This record gives sequence, structure tokens and C-alpha cells, in this order.
Amino acid sequence: MIVNGQRETLEAPISVTELIEERGLRPERVAVELNGDIVPRNKRSEVMLHDGDTVEIVTFVQGG
Amino acid sequence: MTFTPSATPEQTTARQQAFDSLPDPTTLVSREEIRAALLDRHTAATQDKLDAAHVAICGLGGLGSTIAVALTRIGVGHLHLIDFDRVDMTNLNRQQYFLKDLGQYKTEALRANLKQINPFTDITIDTVKVTDENVPTLFEHEDIICEAFDVPENKTMLVNAVLESLPDKKLVSASGMAGYRSSNLVHTKRVSRNFYFCGDGETAPKPGAGLMAPRVGVVACHEANMITRLILGEEDA
Repeated sequence: MIVNGQRETLEAPISVTELIEERGLRPERVAVELNGDIVPRNKRSEVMLHDGDTVEIVTFVQGG
Repeated sequence: MTFTPSATPEQTTARQQAFDSLPDPTTLVSREEIRAALLDRHTAATQDKLDAAHVAICGLGGLGSTIAVALTRIGVGHLHLIDFDRVDMTNLNRQQYFLKDLGQYKTEALRANLKQINPFTDITIDTVKVTDENVPTLFEHEDIICEAFDVPENKTMLVNAVLESLPDKKLVSASGMAGYRSSNLVHTKRVSRNFYFCGDGETAPKPGAGLMAPRVGVVACHEANMITRLILGEEDA
């Protein structure tokens, strides 16, 4: 699996929600794209990630 | 430290009077003169595309107000300005407002200031909070949506809502711009087909290195230039 351009080994499929938790990110501060498409917020716990997927996690901090 | 306003009633009245007494910009210049000046700088082929563009700017703080000024200066034809907030003294360290604007809605103050640059720009304002509920209808007329909020949860909501419900619109967002770290950490990235991200991606404000005009301006102009590129047919970051 490639996450934000870095190759990572995925032992077993995990959900997008689990990926967000595993990385210590706050779900209300990220957008996650899977193979170029947004993962809808209400689908994060059911969308599973597999080795071979390309994931972009965009995180937002304060400032504007 | 928290800023406490100290304006006297006389100062507050003087601000309102100054806000209400700006010159009518259409008496200062003709549409033809502005058009001729823009053509001199940009050529007709480029200007025609800028004239026809519709851009929505969500959030009119350090990012959004600066983006709006840049796009107005190059003659982007149609701007949709969205913010629910009013101008505060602590905004003036980075946002494109003046003392006369204190206490006014940002939508109304920015529209008035932009009209002093080009009174013929078509500007629509919405003094509302952007929510999951209004995203699908708010951007009916725009091809390009610019995320320029300050609060991370609002940034995230807008980006997710646009990508989920309006996948054919171009979306330009930003995050990571506080303090005075190197400008060279700031970049523009094409995350996916219609989604662009500007900023250093990580720097939040902290004491001594808050949100300041220079670096917020760098990121704002990354967004403004990406929007300009999209209008002119360039899709790469």
C-alpha cells in the first residue's frame, strides 16, 4: 500500500477508520482519498484498504 | 494574551462614517479604461478567459481576502464571497481590510474594497456559515471553489463535502501557513483529479509564531495562482 507517497506493508486489510486511528489523527481534521477518489466520511468504517491501494491522507491544521 | 477592544464611541462612529463615505468607484473610471489596461498587461486571449471565470471563495480572512484581491486585480470576472464573520482589530495583521472596516461583515467590507480596485467585477456575497447542508446548492454558478477557512474542522468539512457531493468542481484548499518558517516549505500539490492543496501541510499557530501577513500571503497566492492556472487551462500543480 502507498500512503502519501510512502510504500508501506499492510499485513491484513484494515478500514479507513482504523487507518486514521492507527496514525493518531483526528477524523474531523482529515480527508482520505483511495485510488484517487474521496472516501465519504460516512463510509470510512466500511471501506477496507488492501495492499496495492494508493491512499492520500490530507490533514488540516488551524490557519487562514 | 487576549486583545480587548478600546475604541471610544467617537472612534466607532468615525469608522462607520468612513466606511459609508467611500467614493463611488464607477465615477472614477470607465469599464473601457479598466478593460484596456488589463488587455495591455494580459492580452485579449488571456483576459477573455479571466473575464468568463466564476470562482467561489469560502472564508475571507488572511487567505480569502488576499486571494480575492489578487483575482480582482487580474480581472477575474465573477467572484462569490462567503463568510459569516465581522472584521476585528486582530484581523488587520494579515487580512485585506482597513480601520474603517472594523465591525463590518467581511463580505460587505471586502466587496467594497474590491470595488475600489475594479468596480466592474461581478461580486456575489453570502453572509452565511458553510455547512454540509448548503454545500450542494451554494456553488451552483462556480466552476472553481476555493477553501480559505481558518478553523481546521471547517476546512475539513468543506473539502470532504465538495469532494463527496460536487466531484466535478475544481477545489483548491490550504493548510499549514503560520509563523515565519521558510517560504520554501510551502508547495502546491494536485492530490487528485480536481483537488489541489497548498501550504506546508503542518504549521499551526503558536505563541510567538501566529498567523502573519507574509507567510499566510505566500499560501494565499499559491491558491490564487493555482486558481489562475485552472482558469487558463493548466491543470498541473
